[in-house]
Amino acid sequence: MELRKIWNALRVCVAAGLTATLPAPAFAAEPLKVAFVYLGPVSDGGWTQQHDVARKKLEAALGSAIKTTYVENVPETADSERVFRQLAADGNKLIFATSFGYMEPLQKVAKLFPDVKFEHVNGFKTAANISVYEPRFEEGFYLIGVIAGQMTKTNTLGFIGSFPIPSVMRNIDSMTLGAQSVNPKIKMKPIWVNTWYDPGKERQAADTLIAQGADAVAQNTDSPASIQAAQEKGTYAFSIDADMSSFGKKAQLTGTTEDWSGYYIAETKKVLDGTWNGNRHTRWGLKEGLVVMAPLNSDIPPEAVKVFEDKKAKLISGELNPFAGPIKDNGGKEMVAAGSIMPAATFNSLNWYVEGIEGSVPK
Amino acid sequence: MLRLERRATPSSLMRFASPLLAALCMLMTGFLLFSALGKDPMEAFYLFFVKPVSSTYGIGELLLKTTPLLLCGVGLALGFRASVWNIGAEGQLTMGAIAGGGVALWFGDSDSSLAMPLMVLAGILGGMAWAAIPAFLRTRFNTNEILVTLMLVYISQLVLSWLVHGPWRDPEGQNYPQSQGFGDAETMAVLISGTRVTWGIVYALALALVAWIFSQKTFAGFRMQVAGLAPAAAAYAGFSEKRNIWIALLLCGGMAGLAGICEVAGPIGRLQQQISPGYGFAAIIVAWIGRLHPIGIIFGALLMSLLYLGGEAAQMGMGLPSAITGLFQGLLLFYLLATDLFINFRLKRVDSGKTRPTAPRESVA
Repeated sequence: MELRKIWNALRVCVAAGLTATLPAPAFAAEPLKVAFVYLGPVSDGGWTQQHDVARKKLEAALGSAIKTTYVENVPETADSERVFRQLAADGNKLIFATSFGYMEPLQKVAKLFPDVKFEHVNGFKTAANISVYEPRFEEGFYLIGVIAGQMTKTNTLGFIGSFPIPSVMRNIDSMTLGAQSVNPKIKMKPIWVNTWYDPGKERQAADTLIAQGADAVAQNTDSPASIQAAQEKGTYAFSIDADMSSFGKKAQLTGTTEDWSGYYIAETKKVLDGTWNGNRHTRWGLKEGLVVMAPLNSDIPPEAVKVFEDKKAKLISGELNPFAGPIKDNGGKEMVAAGSIMPAATFNSLNWYVEGIEGSVPK
Repeated sequence: MLRLERRATPSSLMRFASPLLAALCMLMTGFLLFSALGKDPMEAFYLFFVKPVSSTYGIGELLLKTTPLLLCGVGLALGFRASVWNIGAEGQLTMGAIAGGGVALWFGDSDSSLAMPLMVLAGILGGMAWAAIPAFLRTRFNTNEILVTLMLVYISQLVLSWLVHGPWRDPEGQNYPQSQGFGDAETMAVLISGTRVTWGIVYALALALVAWIFSQKTFAGFRMQVAGLAPAAAAYAGFSEKRNIWIALLLCGGMAGLAGICEVAGPIGRLQQQISPGYGFAAIIVAWIGRLHPIGIIFGALLMSLLYLGGEAAQMGMGLPSAITGLFQGLLLFYLLATDLFINFRLKRVDSGKTRPTAPRESVA
């Protein structure tokens, strides 16, 4: 008898599963299925968490018009292609791919599902049903530099880099330029750890930079390890993606965080009212509220805060561009002339250090 | 009262029943877990174990993910049986991908029919060369192969990272760390149309059979088994320990290298920083679940692969966290170790009225 119950339950499940794989009819009442694919766990305290917070805000904003799903811990290996394909086959009509390394699999799956809309973070390959979105991180890092340049006592800053790809090179360069705008004596020391998330390696890098005299260290990696290191050594650090001040109240001066909800809500609305297009490349920053600075540390003197707020207002109004010339590379060669702004081609494939950064870019 | 008692001879029934019992215990724990989370356990089981393989594409994905697990698992088991503890199949896989991928990049878009055989050969040799390092160090300097093979994993990943950041970087890739995509002749043919599964699974299954024949029917295989079961007997019989170490490491290296080239010349189609989500390490569990027996490892690899796919389906269908995959894998190994106890021991009822025996009891090792 018990067996029969189980069998009946099983049959219902199987039937439900089979109907779920059939294409869903386009009733007006049917909610739009929106899916998110994450590289890390939703509890990573940084990059992935911020995307998931935005997903929840999206659900709260659009209510029963949509239904969201997410898949976490999807590696940038052959696995991501299957996840995208399965989500599309399950009837998701809008899929957000939140890591750069999903670019090639996304190209393949997008061709198979022309009626599904894909959004890819930080990539550069678009299609009729793929659009790309990216934060103007360089604005946040420029402002980190403005604070670091005023707070450092050794005039030496540090940067823990993940991979020397253009979107990270822009951050170290703009942070250095921001610091030099308030303190021309600034030197910057980078360490590349070749990972996005490895608390052990990040901690080692932070300890090394501090030992070399860098008393304000920023990071482009995801764990709070460098903030903990700075808290112990009495130096300064900056958070990334999320506010990490709980790991070092005294150490964290500010940080650059993301609020993706505005973009996610806007794009989902476009799909709902049929105005969504592919082949777009959207970059949002401070002005649009995607890049948000973490709260300023109360130890920062009011004069320094004033400079920060002034630069921030100018970045928002467009009066200030982090990559306005003159910019020299660290060999002293002029790369961007005074009065002009770094051309898009250079910006998109940036692979050199600005003057003041020590060493050479790892190849 | 129940007491554990050593069996006179290991139970051959339990040897086969143990993995099945472990799987059953895993399912029962899963049932309780899903119920406690307020999810319908039957629906969760359906999503976990049925939905992933309910389409041709799904079966293709299962076989695709089974391929590297099976190749590495069979290779590792050959060594484990001879007490050669190679835990660096992940590194040998990476080096195979680098060597084979290098050949693919050298051919470029050429449609030469030589490209694929040379890539496969280079992949195998690349994995072998990487495994030869711990073999040499162990036989020449008596270095611990557990540490050496593990550390070589990280070195191989850094070599790959350097190559895709530097000399092999795609000139049209906007500086992003990946190589050019391989040409059509440098990409493995798909076995079942509409899926991504390649001929790699056929190689893997054939090699599992060859490995079974090797360990059961050849003298070299016999020598390795004796060395694992009774090292003193092997030494007395004059079997060379060094030869066993070389054979075990080279065979595993070659198979892991093949897994690497199958991955980059198959579903990935280029070299990039990350090519394996840890197949070389997961294959250690696969080898043990499969009782270090090539045929058992085929089932172990299929089950492990299904757990990965099921974890994804459970996330998509029920919003369960991805940790559920690791949880099931861990439960399976945990229960396997527990049920393995009953191969050598059995439970015996002891009359509780009697005084406890004063003689020292057999310890449960």
